Amino acid sequence: MKTLKIEDLSKNFGSTEVLRKINLEIDEGNFLVLLGPSGCGKSTLLNIIAGLETINEGNVFIDDYNVSKVEPKDRNIAMVFQSYALYPSMNVRENMIFGLKQAKTSKEKIEQQLEKVSKFLQVDQLLERKPSQLSGGQRQRVAIGRALVREPRIFLFDEPLSNLDAKLRVEMRREIKKLHQQLKTTVVYVTHDQTEAMSLGTRIAIMNHGVIQQNDTPENIYNKPSNTFVADFIGSPSMNLIKGTLKESSGEISFTASGSNFEIPVKGYEFKDKSNLNNKEVYFGVRPEHIYFKKSNESDFEVSLRADLSEYIGHEQIMTFDYANQEILAKFPSTIKIELAKETKLYFDLTQTSLFDAQTEERI
Amino acid sequence: MQDNFKPSSYQRLEQKSKYTNMFLRWFLYFVLILFASYFIFPLYVMVVTSLKTMEEIRQGTLLSWPSGLNFDSWAVAWGGRGYGAGDTFLKPYFWNSIKMVVPAVFFSTFIGAMTGYVLTKWRFKGDSWVFLFLLFGCFIPFQAILLPMARTLGALGISNSIVGLVLVHTVYGIPFTTLFFRNYYVSVPTELVKAARIDGAGFFKIFFKILLPISAPIIVVTVIWQFTQIWNDFLFGSTFSFGEAAPIQVALNNMVLSSTSVKEYNVDMASAIIAGVPTLIVYVLAGKYFIRGLTSGAVKG
Repeated sequence: MKTLKIEDLSKNFGSTEVLRKINLEIDEGNFLVLLGPSGCGKSTLLNIIAGLETINEGNVFIDDYNVSKVEPKDRNIAMVFQSYALYPSMNVRENMIFGLKQAKTSKEKIEQQLEKVSKFLQVDQLLERKPSQLSGGQRQRVAIGRALVREPRIFLFDEPLSNLDAKLRVEMRREIKKLHQQLKTTVVYVTHDQTEAMSLGTRIAIMNHGVIQQNDTPENIYNKPSNTFVADFIGSPSMNLIKGTLKESSGEISFTASGSNFEIPVKGYEFKDKSNLNNKEVYFGVRPEHIYFKKSNESDFEVSLRADLSEYIGHEQIMTFDYANQEILAKFPSTIKIELAKETKLYFDLTQTSLFDAQTEERI
Repeated sequence: MQDNFKPSSYQRLEQKSKYTNMFLRWFLYFVLILFASYFIFPLYVMVVTSLKTMEEIRQGTLLSWPSGLNFDSWAVAWGGRGYGAGDTFLKPYFWNSIKMVVPAVFFSTFIGAMTGYVLTKWRFKGDSWVFLFLLFGCFIPFQAILLPMARTLGALGISNSIVGLVLVHTVYGIPFTTLFFRNYYVSVPTELVKAARIDGAGFFKIFFKILLPISAPIIVVTVIWQFTQIWNDFLFGSTFSFGEAAPIQVALNNMVLSSTSVKEYNVDMASAIIAGVPTLIVYVLAGKYFIRGLTSGAVKG
């Protein structure tokens, strides 16, 4: 039984296609993050799961029950919004029990739930306050509390941290993680922040233009991006994509960047399909953090590149190098001194590379 | 450069700008007082004239102070002289106006709030067209709809009645009240409505429990606007009612224009003030909310 299953879901607003044939499954207790740039349809998808938007095609199942035409209140879900959406005229207590009252829950049960949740979230001192008298973090807690008291099957979070300042955001992120560890409830979480996605999710679905690009564990998303969009979107700075061609000679496959004269052996790379690789136009992807200043593995590949630009950001520095007229970025500890406009010896970690078809932009 | 620095010249400049500032400030006050008296002057004339006897009015000048606080003309304006036929006074028409203005303000405000709520929080296909046509209602000259409205009231059997006027004012208030409430609710986050829907609240519950409690500023604005419009209306009142069903503005006109004998300026002035007092009271009571409501817009969650 899947806690949540989405089947061939399509949605359009007028002539604009927002979601195209989305298929998604979540197991009990998972934390799924929908990640993507703004306008990719992730919030619309969440609203559809909640029942706040109608569906043009496809179905949504919760616990194998088709809820596509079921009212939001009957879907056994709870949602936390970006603006918290606390009812301004009600105090914290009334905010938290509003849903239970609508569901005609008994008075004792309401009191019991309220006490449990408000203690758990440490808002039991704030019950008589109005939302306008709370700080950002407290509002966030109350919003989560309002969702918790209903004991839903699925929690939906719509960018819940983006209204908080940077420091508080990191704190609340940890609290949400703890919350999930303790409660083990299924969560669907929408964000455009990759750090949030990586640190919270047990699964991440990366979306762009209404299509899921990759739905995988955070490790696989980072290490084995399924196409150039994912490779580019995840990581800061993003993965270097060097344009060039593959060559196959006597079983050995190597990569040559356009305009360069040396070959990078890619024999350790796990190709999905080993046929027709000779002369294939590809992108060679290597992350800035996988370019080293000192050789650390036997298989590291040595190149000599000219440093063009240095960006110092405290604990590390981001250097821009010239690789046959293509810019590539590398990340080093800021203790390393590299002279600009000079050739520097660098080492590519060949166990951490990705190759993408230049035409389809898919991983090969 | 440093050698040319002369503190004395700065002192002189400072002194000069001090005089200039002082002059400008006094000039500013002078202009403000001038404009204020320009506005207050008619009210002054009205009040002093209403307190004078006819004798004083004939002998004195427009601006002269009354000999004493003589409220006789106010009593005549409100309650008449007591001789039967042909004596027009404001009391019954004042109550007519109250009976017209209270329900008309209530219904137009309530319907406007509802419409604004639907147009912003329950969007439907073509809702922007509906709003556009409603806006149209704000710009239609009311003279253009007098005839069709008269026919409609006739067909409904409520012409020349307070109920008829309530209907007319409600209908023609809706474009304005809708505009007010729509613009207010647009800035209320729609996530509030979504949260309430997930919590299980329906259309009316969300309106009454979530939105209406945070609408106080815009309700005040709308009530003041509608009250002033309807209370001061003469066109609809004079067209759709006559005789005993007329509102106060029509009665005031009849009183002032139809007197056959000598013009009683003191009674006229007192009547005019009585007819204007309710709107003044509303402004005094709710005026500060009016400005706040007009400028503030939304409440942040």
